[in-house]
Amino acid sequence: MKLISTHITPTLEFYTPDFSTEVELPYIDAGLRAGFPSPADDFIEISIDINKEYIKNRDTTFFAKVKGNSMVNAGIFDGDLLIIDKSLEPQNDKIAVCQIDGSFTVKRIKIEKDLVWLIAENEDFKPIKVTTENDLIIWGIVTASIKKF
Amino acid sequence: MFALVDCNNFYASCQRVFEPHLIGKPVAILSNNDGCVIARSNEAKALGIPMGAPAFEYKKLFEENNVFVYSSNYALYGDMSSRVMNILSSFSPDIEVYSIDEAFLKFQGFERFDLGEYGLKIQRTVTKGTGIPISVGFAPTKALAKVANKIAKKFPERTKSVYVIDTEEKRIKALKWTNIEDVWGIGRKHAKRLQSIKVANAYQFTQLTDEWVRKEMSVVGLRLKHELQGIPTLDLEIAKDKKMIATTRSFDKMHTKIEDISERVATFTASCAEKLRRQNSHCNMIMVFVHTNGFRKDQPQYSRNIVIKTDFPTNSTIELNHYAQIGLQQIFREGYHYKKAGVIVMGLTPNNQTQLSLFSSSNPKHQPLMSVVDKLNKSIGQTKVRFASQSVGRQWKMKQEKLSPCYTTKIKDLIQIQL
Repeated sequence: MKLISTHITPTLEFYTPDFSTEVELPYIDAGLRAGFPSPADDFIEISIDINKEYIKNRDTTFFAKVKGNSMVNAGIFDGDLLIIDKSLEPQNDKIAVCQIDGSFTVKRIKIEKDLVWLIAENEDFKPIKVTTENDLIIWGIVTASIKKF
Repeated sequence: MFALVDCNNFYASCQRVFEPHLIGKPVAILSNNDGCVIARSNEAKALGIPMGAPAFEYKKLFEENNVFVYSSNYALYGDMSSRVMNILSSFSPDIEVYSIDEAFLKFQGFERFDLGEYGLKIQRTVTKGTGIPISVGFAPTKALAKVANKIAKKFPERTKSVYVIDTEEKRIKALKWTNIEDVWGIGRKHAKRLQSIKVANAYQFTQLTDEWVRKEMSVVGLRLKHELQGIPTLDLEIAKDKKMIATTRSFDKMHTKIEDISERVATFTASCAEKLRRQNSHCNMIMVFVHTNGFRKDQPQYSRNIVIKTDFPTNSTIELNHYAQIGLQQIFREGYHYKKAGVIVMGLTPNNQTQLSLFSSSNPKHQPLMSVVDKLNKSIGQTKVRFASQSVGRQWKMKQEKLSPCYTTKIKDLIQIQL
């Protein structure tokens, strides 16, 4: 199903949410009352399932909690919940969960000939140059970050 | 054609997905209650840690060699297993999940496919998507697929973890390479018997006459022989009900009083009865056993079991516990330090084929009671509704001192990534 935007402003885009992940029953109410049928009846199916929207490959999707601030300019903050798909191929400019020399990190990746850059999204952190000397595994691709208020 | 897909060192591999520092290091996983080693990484195998090694005996070796030791984390292994199996089922419509880390796939109508290529695709997709390395073996029968899988696993560089037995030449070569004791379905007794008549490998086994195999190893052995000859006799088995159900545990400490063991037996019986009801079966026999710690050579040893035939087929916790307690009374002896007990229910029949007894039968009032108990336990989780003979306190919690976090099933246990 596609996201259907209902209202667009210069900074934000609004969508109608779907709160009924498992409920498949359509809401039929119009027949019970006499009078002019609600024009909204035709749009009942405009709804969003957060699970389906954010998780394309259920069996290869994992979650992780963020600690640290090196990716704040990408909108990833301490305490956020990352959605990671392990099945996606690494591509330039994607944000990836990487295993470098035995520990996890999240960085934007730049793939060049014979080397890979792991780039932080925070001026205080220098890019990390990964050569064949290092042990690098691109563990998964970050597809979304969830923040609770 | 069939394929056997097997996860390499599955439990250790699950830990490694979330703990990259374990890659290349020896990892050992302990059984329930941290009793003995039930899974090892290749590095741990190379250190000579055998399957079933008692944890306390190998403590020094673990420390000296920096072996990473974990309690078994079935929440994690179960979740990773279902991810692997789900991905596998996208490659073939026919799949038999054979164990937590193995599955048979059937390929009918795949004649135009290059199975070797297809196997590599399966291998890549699963390993990339879950982080779990697998080996794939293709062959015309299930028994040969097992052999092909072993070759793929043994020679990962040469085979890229995928091996296809699709010619007569390959089949014979593979069987000659397979020791008779390693053949799927040949137990230790048969292996010994076969070795004594100079049958050392699977190929020599297939050269025996059908008559001899049928006489010495029954129709099961004959079927296996045909399977190894490339004649399919076994099809996929789709989720069949079990023939017996067992609940057995080592205690976290030793017990000497019958009251303590009686409570354990009641809990094991309740668990067996619940499993019986879940698969809609009755049983007509219950076995209870107790034994002391065989590793404590300094203490007197005792072990006994008893099988009690119930007067009628039943799956009521109350009735089964009645028989279990009678059994325990008969085999319990004072003066021993007991380490393990267990309950096994046997003689299972489906509910709709239950034979009625003339003079006695299962109390019909128990059925609705049991279904209420099962429903409550299902909805509130765990075993919140129990019978008075079962434990109520925390006293019996499983010993899991080295449990890793449930990385995929508990939100507070998610991996934390330092940015």
